[in-house]
Amino acid sequence: MANTLISGPHTLASTTVSRTMLWVMLALTPATLWGLYLFGWPAINLFLITAVAALLFEAGCLRLAGKRVKAGLFDGSALLTAWLLAMSLPPWAPWWIGVLGSFLAIVIGKQVFGGLGHNLFNPAMVARVALLVSFPLQMTLWTQPVALFSAEAPGFIDGLAISFAGDALAGGAFDALSGATLLGEVKTGFSVGSTLPELLPAGLDHWSMATGYGAGSLGETSALLILAGGLLLVVFGVISWTIPVSLLATVGLLALLFNGLNPDRYPGVGYHLFSGGMMLAAFFIATDMVTSPNTPAGQLVFGVGCGVLIYLIRTWGGYPEGVAFAVLLMNALTPLIDHWIRPRIFGRDRAFKPLVVAPRALGKHQTSKGEQA
Amino acid sequence: MKLFSFRGGIHPSARKERTQDLPIIRLPMPKRLYVPLQQHIGEPAVARVVAGEQVVRGQILGGSVGRISAPVHAPADGKVIGIIDFSSPHPAALPVTTAVIEVSASQSPWIAPLEDPFSLSGDELAQRIQQAGIVGMGGATFPSAVKLDMARQHQVLTLIINGGECEPYLTCDDRLMRERAEQMLLGVELMLRCLDAKQAIIVVEDNKAAALANLRTLCNEAFYSKFERIKTVSVPTRYPQGSQKQMIQSVTGKEVPAGAHATDLGVVMHNVATAYAVYEALVVGKPLVSRIVTVGGGAVPRPANLEVPLGTLVEELLRFCGVEDDNYERLLVGGPMMGQWLPHAQLPIIKGSSGIIALNEAETQMDLPSPCIRCARCVTVCPAGLLPLEMAKRIRKEDFGAAQALGLSDCIACGSCAYVCPSKIPLVQYFHYGKGELQARKQQEKKRDRTAELASSKALRVEAIERQKAEAAALRKAQMAAKKAAEVAAQEIDLSDSKSEITLVSSEESGD
Repeated sequence: MANTLISGPHTLASTTVSRTMLWVMLALTPATLWGLYLFGWPAINLFLITAVAALLFEAGCLRLAGKRVKAGLFDGSALLTAWLLAMSLPPWAPWWIGVLGSFLAIVIGKQVFGGLGHNLFNPAMVARVALLVSFPLQMTLWTQPVALFSAEAPGFIDGLAISFAGDALAGGAFDALSGATLLGEVKTGFSVGSTLPELLPAGLDHWSMATGYGAGSLGETSALLILAGGLLLVVFGVISWTIPVSLLATVGLLALLFNGLNPDRYPGVGYHLFSGGMMLAAFFIATDMVTSPNTPAGQLVFGVGCGVLIYLIRTWGGYPEGVAFAVLLMNALTPLIDHWIRPRIFGRDRAFKPLVVAPRALGKHQTSKGEQA
Repeated sequence: MKLFSFRGGIHPSARKERTQDLPIIRLPMPKRLYVPLQQHIGEPAVARVVAGEQVVRGQILGGSVGRISAPVHAPADGKVIGIIDFSSPHPAALPVTTAVIEVSASQSPWIAPLEDPFSLSGDELAQRIQQAGIVGMGGATFPSAVKLDMARQHQVLTLIINGGECEPYLTCDDRLMRERAEQMLLGVELMLRCLDAKQAIIVVEDNKAAALANLRTLCNEAFYSKFERIKTVSVPTRYPQGSQKQMIQSVTGKEVPAGAHATDLGVVMHNVATAYAVYEALVVGKPLVSRIVTVGGGAVPRPANLEVPLGTLVEELLRFCGVEDDNYERLLVGGPMMGQWLPHAQLPIIKGSSGIIALNEAETQMDLPSPCIRCARCVTVCPAGLLPLEMAKRIRKEDFGAAQALGLSDCIACGSCAYVCPSKIPLVQYFHYGKGELQARKQQEKKRDRTAELASSKALRVEAIERQKAEAAALRKAQMAAKKAAEVAAQEIDLSDSKSEITLVSSEESGD
C-alpha cells in the first residue's frame, strides 16, 4: 500500500472511528449500569436484545452491500446506536420492541442511506419515533424503578416473562409498578385543567429527578450520571461543547422566561433540564457527528434549534416529551445549515472574494530611508 | 512585540528529541555526486560543462535561463563523467538532466570575495545572491533573488525570517540557529540591506528554547550593534506555524489575500537556512553547494544532523546513519507532514532537502480508510478555513468545479486534516488529485482556445488571400479588357473617334 499512497501526511494521529465510539460508550456506562440496576432484569434483557439485534442487522446489511463486515462491526457505530436506542425505550418493553427498533435504526435509519456517515437522521431517534407512532401503548407503558434484587423487583425468570411474554405488565403481576413519567403526568394534568402547584404539590424533588428515582427510560432517569459522562466527553475533546451548551441554555432560558410570566402554567428551569431525555439529548443524541452541522457556528444554531423545538413540543405539543422529534427536525435542517454557515476562507471574505489590501504609502519609506542615511 | 494567532492547526508529536541535541557533522565527501540541473522552481539550468571536463568546486555546472531560474554549481573538485538523465527526489523519481561528478581526492579551498559585501548596493547584493544559486531552503526552492527583487519592487518594510521548523523530526534549522547563529544573522543583515527594509523578525517556535536564547543574546550584545534591526520572537509551537501565510499572520495579524503575495502586505519571508546560504555565498565565497539535512525517523539507528554536499545520494546518508538494506517502512524527503515519499534511496540530495526521514511501521499508522463520520475535526484544524470533508466528497465524485467553489485552490496542502481524520481518509491525496485535474482542465481549455484562435485566424488569412487573388484576377481582367479596348480603339482610331468608350472602362477599374 505504501506504493500507492504517496501524499503526506506520512504520520497520523491515533484517533480512530472505533476509539471515538468507544469513548462515547464509556461515558454512557455509569448511567446505563445505574439504569439497569434500577429497572432490573427486564431492562437488562431489552438492552441485550437490542444490541445483539443491531449487530446482526448491521452485519447482514454490510454483507449485502459487499462491504468489510468485520471492520464495520468493530467500528462500534451499530452498538452505540443500539445502546442509545435501548436507553430511550421503556425499560420493560417486550423483546420485539428492541428487535424492531434495531431494524428501524440500523436498516431503515442508516444502511438504506448508504451506511455509516451517510444517514441524514439520527438512527436511534428514527427508531424511537417510528416505534412511538406505531406502538403508542407499548411505548408509553412506564414502570417505577424497583432496584435489582429488591423485594418487589422481578427475578430473573419473571424478567424473562416480562420481556418475552410481553403482557406481564398490562394486567400482569407487576401492574402495580406501572406509572407515568413526570413529563407525562404534568401534561395529562394540564389537559384536565390542573395547575402546576396542584400537580406538584410538594414542589419538585430535583434530587430524585436527577438521580433517576422516577418512571422513565434508562436514559431519562439519571440526569446527573448522563451529565457527568457528557462532561467527560467534552473535557477529553470527543465532542464539542457547542451543541450541549446551546441546547441546554436555550431550554433553560425559555423555561426561565415563561416560568417568570406564569408560574402556575410553566414549570421552571430545573424541571426542564433534569427531566425526560434532556441530558441524553444534549450530550449524546444531538451531538451525533454524522447528523449535526460541521462548523461550530452551525452547531450553535443546531443546538438552539433543538432547544426551541423541545420546549415548544413539551409545552404546547401533543406529546409530553419532544426530544426525539426536535432532533429529527433539526437533522433535516443540517444540510441547509452547513450550506449557509461555513468558515471564512483564509485570504477571502465571506462572499469568496479575495480580501482587499489597504494600499501602502510607498513614498513614506523613501523619506525615512533618507533620514536613516 | 504583540503576536497574533492563526486559525486551526494541530500539535503532532514533535519527535525531535533524538536529533535536536546532536551537533551538525559533515558527511564525508562521497566518491560520486549526482547534481541535478533543476533543483528549484522555474526554468531548469542549462548545462555549461561537458562530459570529461575537469571542474573546480563552485564552478557553474548549469547556468540559469529566464526570469525564474537559478544556476547550479559544482559541490566538489572533480571530473564530469557525464551529463545524463537521472532520477530526481520525487515520488515518481522523474528523470532530470544531471551532472555526474567523479570527486577528486583533494579539494580546493573557498576563496572569499575581495569586495566587502556590506559595501554593496541592493542591486549588487541581489545579483550576487542570484549568481550563488540560492533558493528557498525550507523546501519551496523558489529562487531567492527573484523573491528579493519582487520585495524590492514593493519596497517591503519587514523581512520575516522563518525559524519555525514546525515539521516533526526536523532539527536542521534548530541546529543552525544554535551553532551558526552569528553567520546566519550576518546573512539576514545582508538581505535587509538588499531589501533596504526597516527590520527583520526571526520567528522561532517556543520548543526551540536554546536557539531562541542564542539568537537573543547575539542580537542584544553591544558588540553586535550591526544586528540592531533584527528582532527575535517566539511563537507557540503549532503546526503549520512555518507555513508562509500562517507565519505572516502570526507576526503581522494580516492575511495574505487569495491570489496576492506577501509583498503586497509589505513583508517578505525567507528561511533561516536561506539566510545562512546568503552569508556563505557573500562572505565565504561559497555558492549554494551543500546543506544541512536531518536524518531521522524510527528506522534510523543513529540519526544525525548532517552537512551534505548537494548531489549526494540519499543512500549514502542512510548508510552513514546505520540504516542497512532498506530496513524501513517508508522513506521521505522533508518532514512527515508535507514531505514527499521516495520510492528508493538512489536519489540525490538537492537544495530543498531539509530532511531524510525513514519511518518504521509503528510511526506511519497506516490503515485502510473507513467512511467519513462527519466529525468535522478536519474543519476545526484547517488553517485555510476550508471544509476538507466536503471538498473530498466532491472530488470523489469527480465534481471538480464544486470542489473549487468550496475553495480547493486555497488549500495549502499542510495535511492537518488528514492527520486528525479518525477515518484515515487520505484527504491531501484527494486535494492533490483535484488540483491536478483542475490544472489539466485549465490547460486543455487554454489549448482549445488557442486552437480556436489559430483556426479563426487561419480562416481570416485564407479569406484574405482569396480576396487578394480575386482582386488581382479582377485587376488583370480589367487591364486585359482595357488593353483589348485600347487595341480595338487603336484599330478604330482611324475610322472614328471612340475616346468616350475608353473613359468608361477606366472608371470601371477605379471603382473596384
